[in-house]
Amino acid sequence: MSPLLFAASDFVGRLGQPNQEHLLWARELQAMSLAVHIPLVCFGISFPAMVLFMEGMFLRTGDETYRALAKRWSKVMLMLFAVGVVTGTILSFEFGLLWPNFMGTFGDVFGLAFLLEGFSFFIEAIFIAIYVYGWDRLPRRTHLLVGVPIIITGVTGSLMVLTVNGWMNDPVGFDVVNNKVTNIRPWEALFNNFFWHELAHMYFAGYMVTGFIVGGVYAFSYLKGDRSRYVRAGMIVPLTIACLAAPVQVIIGDWAGREVTSHQPVKLAAFEGLPKTTKGAPFHILGWYDKNTQTVKGAIEIPDLLSVLAKHNPNATVQGLDSVPANDRPGPINTVRFAFQTMIGIGSLLMVVGLFYAVVWWRKRRLPRTKWFYRVAVIAGPLSVVALIAGWITTEVGRQPYIVYGIMRVEDAVTNAGGLPIAFGVAVVVYLTLIATVAWLLRRLASNPPQVETPGEVA
Amino acid sequence: MAETCLILVMIGLTAYAVLGGADLGAGFWDLTAGGDRRGGRVRGMIQRSMSPVWEANHVWLIFILVVLWTAFPVFFGSMMSTLYIPLFLGALGIILRGTAFALRGQAATMREARGFGAVFAASSVLVPFCFGAALGGIVSARVPVGNAAGAPFDSWLNPTSILIGVLAVVSGAYLSAVYLAADAVRSDLPELVDPFRHRALGAGVVAGAIAIGGLAILHSDARSIYDGLTSGGGLACVLASGVLGVATLALVWRRHLVWARWTSAAAVACIVAGWAFAQSPDLLPRALTLDEAAAANTTLTALLIAIGVGALVLVPSLAYLYRLVLSGTLDQEYEPLDQRFRPLSADDHPTTGTS
Repeated sequence: MSPLLFAASDFVGRLGQPNQEHLLWARELQAMSLAVHIPLVCFGISFPAMVLFMEGMFLRTGDETYRALAKRWSKVMLMLFAVGVVTGTILSFEFGLLWPNFMGTFGDVFGLAFLLEGFSFFIEAIFIAIYVYGWDRLPRRTHLLVGVPIIITGVTGSLMVLTVNGWMNDPVGFDVVNNKVTNIRPWEALFNNFFWHELAHMYFAGYMVTGFIVGGVYAFSYLKGDRSRYVRAGMIVPLTIACLAAPVQVIIGDWAGREVTSHQPVKLAAFEGLPKTTKGAPFHILGWYDKNTQTVKGAIEIPDLLSVLAKHNPNATVQGLDSVPANDRPGPINTVRFAFQTMIGIGSLLMVVGLFYAVVWWRKRRLPRTKWFYRVAVIAGPLSVVALIAGWITTEVGRQPYIVYGIMRVEDAVTNAGGLPIAFGVAVVVYLTLIATVAWLLRRLASNPPQVETPGEVA
Repeated sequence: MAETCLILVMIGLTAYAVLGGADLGAGFWDLTAGGDRRGGRVRGMIQRSMSPVWEANHVWLIFILVVLWTAFPVFFGSMMSTLYIPLFLGALGIILRGTAFALRGQAATMREARGFGAVFAASSVLVPFCFGAALGGIVSARVPVGNAAGAPFDSWLNPTSILIGVLAVVSGAYLSAVYLAADAVRSDLPELVDPFRHRALGAGVVAGAIAIGGLAILHSDARSIYDGLTSGGGLACVLASGVLGVATLALVWRRHLVWARWTSAAAVACIVAGWAFAQSPDLLPRALTLDEAAAANTTLTALLIAIGVGALVLVPSLAYLYRLVLSGTLDQEYEPLDQRFRPLSADDHPTTGTS
């Protein structure tokens, strides 16, 4: 709660108060860059484990099918990593280019996490290269072992970035005295309160996104009638992982929601569009928030549900938007609401998919036979990416108007430099080209027959 | 402690200038290699040598940025906001370059390879120029403390910036040619040794000439740095760099290419160290000293501990990677880039064992 005490102060940071007319462009540019990078992070978190699982299956069974899959996937992994390296580099530039006062004022508080992330990234880059270029050149067991650091660093790297995001939402590890940052305790900042649930939430999201996307690709072939071992194995492994993660993610989401309730009640109020502090607060499905009347219109109202979600008690009091002055609330309530509803809607659907798959497997020891399951599995990948981005929009737009929650406003963090609309336009073109090219190349890679991956034909 | 952090930044900068610079320089040779058939051999060699290492080489840049913003946050904020144009262009160049390079490895036709190659090569020249130009802005005292407080264009379009930008491109090309020549020797591809040797000699002479001529530019445009480089520790470093540069040329000439790898890297390290001496004790000349810029001791201590622990994992990992690379374990099959596409097999996929 302590950060809110500073909310009304004149904190402007070490580089002074900027005067930026294009603040929105800076925010959109940052948001776009993150939206491009985050799906790649999901692959960084979970794909190495799937690749290694396949390779392990090959070592155990000697079945070339597993080997072909592992090798094919490792090429995809390297390519996505390469794109992740460059899009991640852009992010570290953008922190300084767009938010110099944020970096100049708080870089010494949270910077440590990025250093650890940098090391993770470094080690990941080293071993991913050894792993992918070491196929058929290193002894089999060594090759498998070389993959282990990729799994570990994929986790630690993203973990460290999440601690920074957690810190922005729950800024600890420093004091503000006379509007100056003092008494910096970097280790405390690293292990802030938000870090744990954000980590779990993102980690499971990583497994869902990767699992559904990769599994969906093979589910598509499966639907078209290709029942080869290659397609079956390529589908079952990632899809099973994603289907197991999906129901657990709902539980983690609930935990995250309650953390938000206790640390950022105004953000939670924005999730729902709850104007006033309410006992037994309702939850509105769909609809939109009308700022003038301060009501949610055109929605299905479920009484007490928000209180249940936020505090597991239908009679609990939930803090409303009116608990802080108007200029301390997130501006675009509907963006937050819409993103939040998208996330939980897709999350619930994917939970059902996962449970269905698990139940069929548990009761009948076979794959589902209905074609509808595979149709949903094919679109589950793109849907999970939508849910991922929606989730980040929920938490990041819900954090507004602060960059450091309750302490520094986004408008005080931004650069004074010009040209932001131009930069945004250029970045749009570059990112669209990037996405199109990568998609085209993945299709190309997928169209090669599996036999390409057998020894002696290293592409 | 601030000094220790700065030294670590300098080490990172040297590593990026040497390793990342060599990768960027390879793009320069790719750009200037000529038509499909004439340039195919050079491009094939570049693709093969760079593939396993470029990502790791690139991460040094991230290391530099991260240490800077943690240890010297005000410096970082001031620098990034004033030099936003070259740094934004450089960052875009990094996206284009990395992606295009990774994609060229997967190209299936000469047309595709040409397209990706052009993007890769052009952005490989853009990136070092932009970063060099940004450094020039700092060196010539054009970056004040504050949020975008400096001039948006003059801070990087000035004599010193142009000089350092061009020098960054040429010295990267020089390093790259030395490494590729050494790599050709190691890989038993004798027909590729001389093309890169000649390029190394040419680029080395040009880089040396620009560096010496550049002193005149520094004399008129960045006087304090000129004075620093021509006296005391700065002068010693410049002289050492000159000696190492000449030694590298001699080694390349006499075909001792393995040694040339090391002397060329040491020459770059000396320049970075010389710059540090010349600008000491300022991080931003006449605007911000190292001590003013340094973060609190708690942060610096935490940073050094983290770097120490990180290095314990990183150094053996890097050693393992380079050992595998230099022993040829990770070598890809060499083929001229254009040849990859000529004997098209049924599935449009290159077969191995032809070279």
